[in-house]
Amino acid sequence: MKFLKYIAIVLIVVLSVLSCNSGNKSKDNTSEVYQCPMQCEGDKIYDETGNCPVCKMDLALVENNLKTVDDGSISEASIFNLTSNWHTEEGKTIQLENLKGKTLVMVMIYTSCKAACPRLVADMRNIEAQIPDEKIKNIQFVMVSIDPETDTPEKLKAFAKENVMDDDQWTFLQGSVSGVREFANVLSVKYKEISPVDFSHSNIISIFNSQGELIHQQEGLGVNNKETIETILKITP
Amino acid sequence: MIQPLLFAQSKGMVSIKGSRYIPLYGRDSTVVEVKNFEIDIYPVTNADFVSFVKKYPKWQKSKVIKLFADKSYLTNWKNDLQLKDSEKPDSPVTYISWFAAKDYCECQGKRLPTIDEWEYVAMADETTKDARVKASYNKQILAWYEAPRSNENKIGEHPKNVWGVHDLHGLVWEWTLDFNSVLITGESRKDGDKDSNLFCGSAAVNATDLMNYAAFMRYAIRGSLKAKYSMKNLGFRCVKDSDLK
Repeated sequence: MKFLKYIAIVLIVVLSVLSCNSGNKSKDNTSEVYQCPMQCEGDKIYDETGNCPVCKMDLALVENNLKTVDDGSISEASIFNLTSNWHTEEGKTIQLENLKGKTLVMVMIYTSCKAACPRLVADMRNIEAQIPDEKIKNIQFVMVSIDPETDTPEKLKAFAKENVMDDDQWTFLQGSVSGVREFANVLSVKYKEISPVDFSHSNIISIFNSQGELIHQQEGLGVNNKETIETILKITP
Repeated sequence: MIQPLLFAQSKGMVSIKGSRYIPLYGRDSTVVEVKNFEIDIYPVTNADFVSFVKKYPKWQKSKVIKLFADKSYLTNWKNDLQLKDSEKPDSPVTYISWFAAKDYCECQGKRLPTIDEWEYVAMADETTKDARVKASYNKQILAWYEAPRSNENKIGEHPKNVWGVHDLHGLVWEWTLDFNSVLITGESRKDGDKDSNLFCGSAAVNATDLMNYAAFMRYAIRGSLKAKYSMKNLGFRCVKDSDLK
């Protein structure tokens, strides 16, 4: 009985946490409107960010309003606010903000993965293959390693070559352990080292607009990527 | 009673001798190794956090960006620098996002504890390093879990454990560095609803012994969090790697 009482309290706390999140609103731009990226409720729009009541995905900024931030600065929700350093497979040191200006298609992987990552890599390639050539130059496909201790720039470069992902539109990133953890938390990706060579992790491909704002997430392996591609095409000039 | 302990390894911290132990959920659910480290004796308090935001304005309530905190962040503060009158300076700070907690620790040259480190220190009672098999240890934790509004109490009122650490149980739950590694229901955010079902419902009630039940609650709540969430009964403390090898 004591447990039930406690459980009830916990339920209330959890629900209030969830509901708080859905009330998150922009402080400085009241003209922003949001929509379920899956359009579960047709063209219904919301004044605040939150979750779609049907599919539970994060509501996305409606495209017309994205232009409002095209003034060189970045918005509060942009991943370019993260200031950690990353190494590319070409041995360059960058911050996420250096990727500004292109649509970003990002996924977290690790190169020694034998199970899910090959599928994720295939999904990324599959998405890339469906984008018309003239848009490719405005898109960066970014693979972020969740195993930065193993995945050195050299290793990432070798992986890129092996998987024929060595063209300019592909970027592989090695961060610090803390930087990777922070980035995963921005994407709500969960991962866990389950042995020295294996991680279990969420399989999520995330789409950011050229200002670093999360627009769409595709979850699962080998899922239908129609929505993802439509989103990319819509936000990429 | 809660004066800083000047004789600890670092001010306000105690040394923890690492070892191997079996947590409720670990790597492969088997033995994990915890290295030597130092841990804050008390959770970070409201007063500590006031000093912090004075120095680092980006973490003030009106300035924090929405990438890093939801709207309930510091909701029990009157303004950027003052607590509401009902709040005590020496209560644990709560309504804190993971990003804020992580940066607080890093700005002190520390970091958040890993789940394994936290659980390792928290499995001690006043006399035993691993008290998880004792009925008294588990009863006490569950009694604390049931106590309403315990986050409003002051730090240091519960007896310290055998390591000299206060309030791991009994006041607030605490952020950990790798809270996002909890994959209890499988993975990913689609399980959000299932997490709360699991958390509130059948799986927890069916836990076969009290040790599993109390620890299960902690793992379950970690699994249900997102890094920008801030909530009433979730605070944090910091650790750092030990010089002692």
